[in-house]
Amino acid sequence: MLSRANQNLNAASAARTSGGARVDLLLVSQMVENGAKVLDVGCGDGELLRLLGETRGVDGRGIELSREGVNECVAKGLAVIQGDADTDLADYPDDTFDYVILSQTLQATRHPRVVLEHMLRIGRHAIVSFPNFGHWQVRLQLLFAGHMPQTEILPYSWYDTPNIHHCTIKDFRQLCGTIGVKMEKAVALNAWGTPLRLNAPWWFWNLFGEQAVFLLSRKDRTKS
Amino acid sequence: MVEAGLSTPRDAAGASSEAENPRDSLVVRFGADKPLKLDAGVELSPLQIAYKTYGTLNADRSNAVLVAHALTGDHHVASVHPVTGKNGWWETMVGPGRPIDTERYFIICPNVVGGCMGTSGPASINPKTGKPWGLEFPVITIRDMVRAQAMLLDHLGIATLFAVAGGSMGGMQALQWAASYPERVFAALPIACSTRHSAQNIAFHEVGRQAVMADPEWKQGRYLLEGGNPRRGLAVARMGAHITYLSDAALHRKFGRKFQDRANPTFSFDADFEVESYLRHQGISFVERFDANSYLYLTRAMDYFDIAADCGGVLANAFKNTQTRFCVVSFTSDWLFPTSDSRAIVHALNAAGARVSFAEIVTDKGHDAFLLDEPELFAIVRGFLDGAGKARGLKARG
Repeated sequence: MLSRANQNLNAASAARTSGGARVDLLLVSQMVENGAKVLDVGCGDGELLRLLGETRGVDGRGIELSREGVNECVAKGLAVIQGDADTDLADYPDDTFDYVILSQTLQATRHPRVVLEHMLRIGRHAIVSFPNFGHWQVRLQLLFAGHMPQTEILPYSWYDTPNIHHCTIKDFRQLCGTIGVKMEKAVALNAWGTPLRLNAPWWFWNLFGEQAVFLLSRKDRTKS
Repeated sequence: MVEAGLSTPRDAAGASSEAENPRDSLVVRFGADKPLKLDAGVELSPLQIAYKTYGTLNADRSNAVLVAHALTGDHHVASVHPVTGKNGWWETMVGPGRPIDTERYFIICPNVVGGCMGTSGPASINPKTGKPWGLEFPVITIRDMVRAQAMLLDHLGIATLFAVAGGSMGGMQALQWAASYPERVFAALPIACSTRHSAQNIAFHEVGRQAVMADPEWKQGRYLLEGGNPRRGLAVARMGAHITYLSDAALHRKFGRKFQDRANPTFSFDADFEVESYLRHQGISFVERFDANSYLYLTRAMDYFDIAADCGGVLANAFKNTQTRFCVVSFTSDWLFPTSDSRAIVHALNAAGARVSFAEIVTDKGHDAFLLDEPELFAIVRGFLDGAGKARGLKARG
């Protein structure tokens, strides 16, 4: 499930830099401090962990649901375990990591809110990237074509999609408010992988952002 | 009935000589000044350790890999076995260009304490009596095995292991190494094992031990003194244990209900079925190379194994603040050390903040899969050691 969600963006169509790195992963990596301790939840084939290791010198760990993904990661020398974001985050003690990353996986979890809360319990920061279901292409497909939207980054039919909890940028901000999360940084990317203007209003992001990346932290540092 | 199938000409004296003067092995003897302190509360002295090494120790002594063998294994991990003439038990894993690469690492494989292939055990000579120890030999634990291995490393002048690797009882030793000597282990590879022996596993071992003890030739463990060899009992123990190393699917694939060299059942208790014939062969070939008392001691050591119990019942405490990198591997069809056991290790290591990788490999070959041709296992071990080697500053193979 997690890995399939990741493959949403592993497709050749995912926006990449001239160096070949995925734009959304680069964005995530730029939010991470050098040498930090990082957990990548739903790490797929380990592309982000490798990027973080090479560019940020992080002490990286990963959780991945698919056995193939895990074994590929371990064979690459990455510290990755087979596990499920919905059940296995509970096993980590508080404040184990500097950053817990959920890259393109939130919408595939059974309990996104619980996952997010665990991320901020075991990590000082959480970085969450997800496809924005409020993007105009998605809205138009539902409004005019009358079927569940299928886009380049959401290529699945409704009956076989691993993505069971779609949300919009607006929805995600509301969830952050509900559980008392501090939004430190947010970036929205348009369909060409270009970041939208930072001073654009949220409704603009919600309409034109194809995906979004949020850097979060706990509001109340004393509570855990 | 079973007797006909399990008769073997070999006397126990042969095994005894291998215990005292192992062929094709390196041997170190620790005298009275260096006794091995055992968990049982007694000291073992003198102590002899038989071992093999492969590859070359580098100048800064940073490339040593200790391979720990399983219950019925020994130190002949990657070279021809002096008793059976067969290839080393992990030649697919250890060797030039193999995942545990003898051209890159210096591999040490010792025979465990309590074993019968040259390291002190019940078949060795008790210096006080000049006769084989038998049941006078103190009961040993996995931790004792590891303590003895640490003495061997001291003797070899190796402060830190680059890695310790092993499957089954070897995996237990790898975990114990990381728990007992965290500062001496850079990376640990426990495969198909657990941090404690389950009730079911203890039960299987007890059946095996009772089979040995029920053989009249066991003579209360004094067969090396009084003559004879409880080979039938040991063979039955091996047959039973061997089933636990396989899986229903593997047995079915390999043998099904096929008859052995016959078209129809004989309506007797001959080995009509291929699987019977196979098990009898396993039993017979085992007693040729293994001491029955040693089997009792080593199964006991596994039974007593419980790392959490040594740390106030909290497994994570055993690995608190560990800097060791771990790679835990399990196999889907292993019902002796199921994946849930490996997950318990991973949970504890995560709770301790350890750097851990965990992979479960799909196979129908059961527990024995760690000894067999499993390309995915090789890729994982190679990748894990490569990554650890980079972090350790080992030169890439070249």
